Amino acid sequence: MKSKSQKVTLNLILTGVGGQGNVMASRTLAGMLVDAGYVATIGETFGMSQRGGSVMSHLRISPDAVRSPQIPRGAADVIVALEPLEALRVLTMYGNPEVSLIANSRSIDPVGVITGERDYPSEETIRSAFERLTARYWLFDATAAGLSLGNPVLSNIVMIGALAGTGLLPIDRRMFAKEIRKTQSPEKCALNLKAFDAGVSMIK
Amino acid sequence: MHMTKLLSPAKSKVLFLGNEAIARGALEAGVSVATGYPGTPSSEVIESLARVAQERNLYVEWSVNEKVALEVAAAASFAGLRSMAVMKQNGVNVASDFLLHLTASGTRGGIVLVSCEDPGALSSVNEGESRYFAGMLEMPLLEPADFQEAKDMTKWAFELSEAIGNVVMLRSVTRMSHASGNVVCGKFPAKTRKAAFEYGGPIMDSQTGPMISTPVVAKHLLRRQKLKAVCALFEKSPFNRYTGPARPDLLLITASACWLYAVEAVEMLGLQKRVGILKLGTTWPLPPRLVSGHLRKAGKILIVEEVMAFLEENVKVLAAGDPKLSGGKTFFGKYDGTLPFAGELNPDIVADALAKIFRMKRGSLPSSYLEEARKTAALLPPREQTFCAGCPHRASFWSIHNAIALDGREGFVCGDIGCYSMAALTPANGYWTMPTLHSMGSGTGLASGFAKLSPFGFQKPVLTVCGDSTFYHAVIPALINAQHNRADITFIVLDNQGTAMTGFQPHPGIEVNALKESVPAVDIASICRAIGARVALCDPFDLAATGAALTDFLAEKGSLKVLILRQACALSPEKKGKKTFEMKVDEDLCLGDACGCNRLCTRIFRCPALVWDRKKKKAAIDEVVCAGCGVCASICPRKAIIKMQKTVL
Repeated sequence: MKSKSQKVTLNLILTGVGGQGNVMASRTLAGMLVDAGYVATIGETFGMSQRGGSVMSHLRISPDAVRSPQIPRGAADVIVALEPLEALRVLTMYGNPEVSLIANSRSIDPVGVITGERDYPSEETIRSAFERLTARYWLFDATAAGLSLGNPVLSNIVMIGALAGTGLLPIDRRMFAKEIRKTQSPEKCALNLKAFDAGVSMIK
Repeated sequence: MHMTKLLSPAKSKVLFLGNEAIARGALEAGVSVATGYPGTPSSEVIESLARVAQERNLYVEWSVNEKVALEVAAAASFAGLRSMAVMKQNGVNVASDFLLHLTASGTRGGIVLVSCEDPGALSSVNEGESRYFAGMLEMPLLEPADFQEAKDMTKWAFELSEAIGNVVMLRSVTRMSHASGNVVCGKFPAKTRKAAFEYGGPIMDSQTGPMISTPVVAKHLLRRQKLKAVCALFEKSPFNRYTGPARPDLLLITASACWLYAVEAVEMLGLQKRVGILKLGTTWPLPPRLVSGHLRKAGKILIVEEVMAFLEENVKVLAAGDPKLSGGKTFFGKYDGTLPFAGELNPDIVADALAKIFRMKRGSLPSSYLEEARKTAALLPPREQTFCAGCPHRASFWSIHNAIALDGREGFVCGDIGCYSMAALTPANGYWTMPTLHSMGSGTGLASGFAKLSPFGFQKPVLTVCGDSTFYHAVIPALINAQHNRADITFIVLDNQGTAMTGFQPHPGIEVNALKESVPAVDIASICRAIGARVALCDPFDLAATGAALTDFLAEKGSLKVLILRQACALSPEKKGKKTFEMKVDEDLCLGDACGCNRLCTRIFRCPALVWDRKKKKAAIDEVVCAGCGVCASICPRKAIIKMQKTVL
């Protein structure tokens, strides 16, 4: 349940597995929003991002106030997941009947699945949970899009493009280009823009 | 345009990591010398300052450990410069012996000790508290509650230090250091200071006399006097703020990131008209008049803090000493069980505490939704931490386990602090082994002790591991102890060529320093040889050679043996994204479950890139995750895992 002042704050959770570029994606998004005049707060758990753990960034976008770097349970507005199992994990903690989800379909097996001790949920299970736990969701292979541009880690930028494509956040291509130009070389910027465009095209 | 964000012009609004905000505050204060030892969540402060050292005329150093870091920073203060030392919570313990004496001798140029702590131990093996050092060593403590404050408070901490002639402690937490938010930048000072150290004056003259802690009692009384000045400044500090009604039903006292949780929790329950929040930025010594004034407003008081009840204890001491406050107050916090004594807080925990005090029910999602969420959660396999694909530690522990098994005397490994600490989380059928895990360097000290227990009937071979950065930080004294006392131990350095766990900061074994200057590397093997140990060096990816060296060492009795296993971390800048080998599984050679190896590769070796193809029922390589180290080719009894040299174009 959201209070009045929480209602004007947009709560976004970016989740994935260590090494997927989660932290870079959340900071790029927040940088774009700060430039656009919003007050952004990001809470990150990246101490365990090496070593294959789950990585989650809580991004809060407010017109005027710093917010807690941890989003309360059940209070996410948008979840962007670089990995489907992590999408489910975050949904079960922070989801609610109004939440929107954008998820990469490419799975990364946890060690317990590799060793055969646990099962990875089937695609049907994943889709059916998304149906029941979200108001709307998009599921597509962002890793394949990244690989076709030469690097699977570009999937994080594909997801930012897709997020822009949904219109759920006040962000666009021009803002993205401006943000990445602050830190990246012209060649990298061009590649990132291609990944962004690939993401936009994933949303129909 | 490529620009260093930390040097953004005054008045610009920037998204800073909490640690960057602290670094920016130090720059605005005109810091000259910044030192530290890497440790999550503190490392980005020094890293950010190192990147702008040239532009801002700074000396920035990754010191060998936190005690030396504080000593290097203190020298700058004695010479009249502004300086800071940055560390994680347990680093303050390492620095504490010098700190005890530093707070007694006093300081000159503004000096700030930054401690970035980790409530809930998100990236630590402890949730240590350094706030108690502030009380114990009588130095002022500041705790920022948002990003703007992290910058502004750091800047002010230098001024405060200089005003009272003592070190000031600034305490951050993971949810501040590793969170990001908007900061409006201020100006950099125009002038730079010149270093000069005067020591010829009278012993009690803090500006011209020697910097010593004696005469002890006189210097202690001087330190007590400085605290009076601190209290006077804290009474007026803008970092202490009250928001809420004039006569609240409940006064909530809080500091640090907990303030953000408290504000949110009060909003969640719609209690803005009943709860007043006193946010303190100056948490030791507490400004008595300010705090007493607010305590008078309400009969019920809730103290919200992480991790221990430091603030709660100090507020209660203050209340007990104020005759106007005696009686009629109910304190809620950790001692009465309203809030937990362990772990980090969040808005939900604080909201639950408030709901309990006000006997309210918190709103919740529809029960059908919660039931669906609960059912789904039960299906989800956890994502356990593991060694990364291509991690040299996986190969090292494979060889260590096998050598101990071959030796047959139930040898065991005393552990230490680094990524390799994960070996303490031994899976049920795993080869990781580490039955002890404490502070940096303690594995070697413990091993030295276990090795002396044979007169009492203890006969197991003792091994110990440490990382390369840990070796310099705290292992050397324990190693000398082992040699001098004839402790029979096999000491293994898991040398992955940098302080890998915290982001590849250089250490004394690397030929480059924090400022990217060329510096002499101090060789681990030479130190060990000089101590008198027998030393061998191996590539852990060479399982055969490593296994042979370990077996040889375990068989040799009565002395200190050192095996250096050198292979760079898979995520190191020189390796990341570059595969040495292209790996594949030959599906004709892999017999799957018919092999008899009982899935040695996926069930036991546990590399995230070596997966089980559920359709083909054979091993497979996940090319997206694989780092191309080639080690798995050596473990398959059928030689079905093939490594192909990457063609260099």
